[in-house]
Amino acid sequence: MNLRELTRDFLAEHDPSTMDRLEFLRARFDAGLAWVHFPSGLGGLDLPRADQSIVDDALAKASAPDNDPRRIGIGLGMAAPTILAFGTEEQKQRYLRPLWTGEEVWCQLFSEPGAGSDLAAAGTRAVRDGDDWLLTGQKVWTSSAHTARFAILLARHDPDLPKHAGLTYFVLDMTDPGVEVRPLRQITGEAEFNEVFMTDARIPDADRLGAVGEGWQVAQTTLMNERVAIGSRPAPRDGGMSGVVAQTWRDHPENHTPEAHDRLLDLWTQAEALRLAGYRLRQQLAVGSPGPEGSAMKLAFARLAQQLSGLEVELLGEDGLRYDDWTQRRPDMVDFTGREPGYRYLRAKGNSIEGGTSEVLRNIIAERVLGLPTEPRTDTKVAWKDLPK
Amino acid sequence: MNLLYTDIEDQLRASVKDLLTDRATPTSVLARCETDAPYDLALWRELTGLGVASLHVPEELGGQGASTREVAVVMEELGRFVAPVPFLGSAVLATTALLGCKAGTEVRELLDALGAGDKIGTLAVSLATAPGSGFPDVVRADDAGLHGHVRSVADGLPADVLLVPARGPDGPELHAVPVAQQGVTVTPVVSLDLTRPVVDVTLDGATGTLVAGPDAAESAVDGALWTAAGLIASEQLAITEWCLATTVAYLKERNQFGRPVGSFQALKHRLADLWQDLVLARAVARNAADDPGPLSASLAKSLCSTVAVHAAEECVQLHGGIGMTWEHPAHLYLKRGKADSIALGTAGRHRQLLAPLANL
Repeated sequence: MNLRELTRDFLAEHDPSTMDRLEFLRARFDAGLAWVHFPSGLGGLDLPRADQSIVDDALAKASAPDNDPRRIGIGLGMAAPTILAFGTEEQKQRYLRPLWTGEEVWCQLFSEPGAGSDLAAAGTRAVRDGDDWLLTGQKVWTSSAHTARFAILLARHDPDLPKHAGLTYFVLDMTDPGVEVRPLRQITGEAEFNEVFMTDARIPDADRLGAVGEGWQVAQTTLMNERVAIGSRPAPRDGGMSGVVAQTWRDHPENHTPEAHDRLLDLWTQAEALRLAGYRLRQQLAVGSPGPEGSAMKLAFARLAQQLSGLEVELLGEDGLRYDDWTQRRPDMVDFTGREPGYRYLRAKGNSIEGGTSEVLRNIIAERVLGLPTEPRTDTKVAWKDLPK
Repeated sequence: MNLLYTDIEDQLRASVKDLLTDRATPTSVLARCETDAPYDLALWRELTGLGVASLHVPEELGGQGASTREVAVVMEELGRFVAPVPFLGSAVLATTALLGCKAGTEVRELLDALGAGDKIGTLAVSLATAPGSGFPDVVRADDAGLHGHVRSVADGLPADVLLVPARGPDGPELHAVPVAQQGVTVTPVVSLDLTRPVVDVTLDGATGTLVAGPDAAESAVDGALWTAAGLIASEQLAITEWCLATTVAYLKERNQFGRPVGSFQALKHRLADLWQDLVLARAVARNAADDPGPLSASLAKSLCSTVAVHAAEECVQLHGGIGMTWEHPAHLYLKRGKADSIALGTAGRHRQLLAPLANL
């Protein structure tokens, strides 16, 4: 039976208009229609990833509820592929279904105040205690930590080993009494992210992902799956930030200058080029030859979002001196278009930092795409505890 | 919309590249540009033998019946080698202008001759002319023939026939004017671009064939300029690619301070930025080739002009002293890149042309 028929039959037996949302999602997972490229029995059917659109299109047409993927992006995009690659059968059975349905939200505990771009320097300690581990340390820039049930976590089990070798990867129950989540207020006024403090937080050894000392390799899988700045569907012209700024330009003829006009046109041109590059990347994926262009797109996206939003504040004239709201809100997700230009300007500053700074991304492009030699390293062969902190 | 390269385009690219790898080495291209034969007309003969000069000419007019997508691929390869052949003038500007004329006997014969390589043509306008900027106003046509002076014409040196936009008694006209006659003087100009030198053309009672009258001349000329502006972006893309690849290769082998220069982060970041520009340039250049028109052409020309010049300037700088020498080919790409940025409208001009199309 082909996937189209499977989906049709599933819809015939599960009427989304009458069924409870969660029951529908669970049934969809059990039918293998959650992520068809996953194995049978784990929400998938061992099919190519590209086939998912057949299911998604049919379900969307039937107005079926989805799992609100933007709210559980870290679970879907990072935790799930890592659990699939390194988890035991027990772990896969326990975690993947409620992860996918969104019943259990996941967060990612990687970055620390002393380990940002240099993630392998992470210092959160994991100390063996019988069949458990005790975790102590601080993580930062954690989105969804305040709503998450579980976290994927990178910690140091042996400070005497070189930095990469002394890391182990765990699943942490965020309801453990040793875990404290505090909002981290950012330059926009809101608190999208959190700081997470662990004091002897307890993790059963059964919740380790991969072998002791294998944490760095496991983390690579997580990071490789971090979503590049590319949507699942082609964006229309002026669908993003350039369209918003273009409208602000039209709305404020009193602030037009030749300089602002040329700057706007230059940025509009680049934004349109970025949109077409995304379109091209999607075509490459469709014929099964993905290129490394996604990393160029993230760089360009960050730069353009910043320049466009910076111009937009200027186009407002005296209204550019105002800001909509400094209240410490706790948004579920970033909404660039739902707020004022000043917010966009400030939030966009994070685009070149989050998910890998533009500087590190340039190193990666230079070394992996262009094949340039690495810088000489002084930090990889010595014990982690002897590194300058 | 297809922004990738098809298998047929890859094959076309491979055959052009094979020929150029043999016949347009950096040393031979550099050596030729200061001789009295700056164009390699033997190479052009062989290229036309591959059919590259009539790619977007419909089959019923004796052409290959392909599209601007294939023309763009040839632009890329010729640009990558800065090959001194009159492709832009003859196969793009003159040919596209003729395609905008009513296909009478003269037009068909001329298209045949240009496509076969029996004749070389070019459009007698300044290469700096932007599309959408009005009919060229430097040549007059009347009973006494054509009179006027056209500066900085591309590929005029080897041309047998000039397509001359002229202001006639009833409006714009386009004339096919043989060069070999008393009334036509083609004067070589010491040119910034060594591999696509420009000439000045003086018409003093020249005669030719009227190929388009007031009903078609303006759109034929403007159409040729728009097509060329969109396609030259593919040449600029290839300039960028060559400059990046050559610089990366050099920085891997050049050692200073006891390590490869390419291991220094300050330089790696500049190259990563060039690669990022290249990704965007390829998207807009392919879009212009796939879907020709004012918006796609101005988008591609404005972005690729900036990117190609930047790449060529970085290529010279990051090669250090060797990049400043006449012996190293980097300057050929800098000169082509800079000339291309002026050709067919600067980046700023094309942004202005985009403004109404983007409702800005």
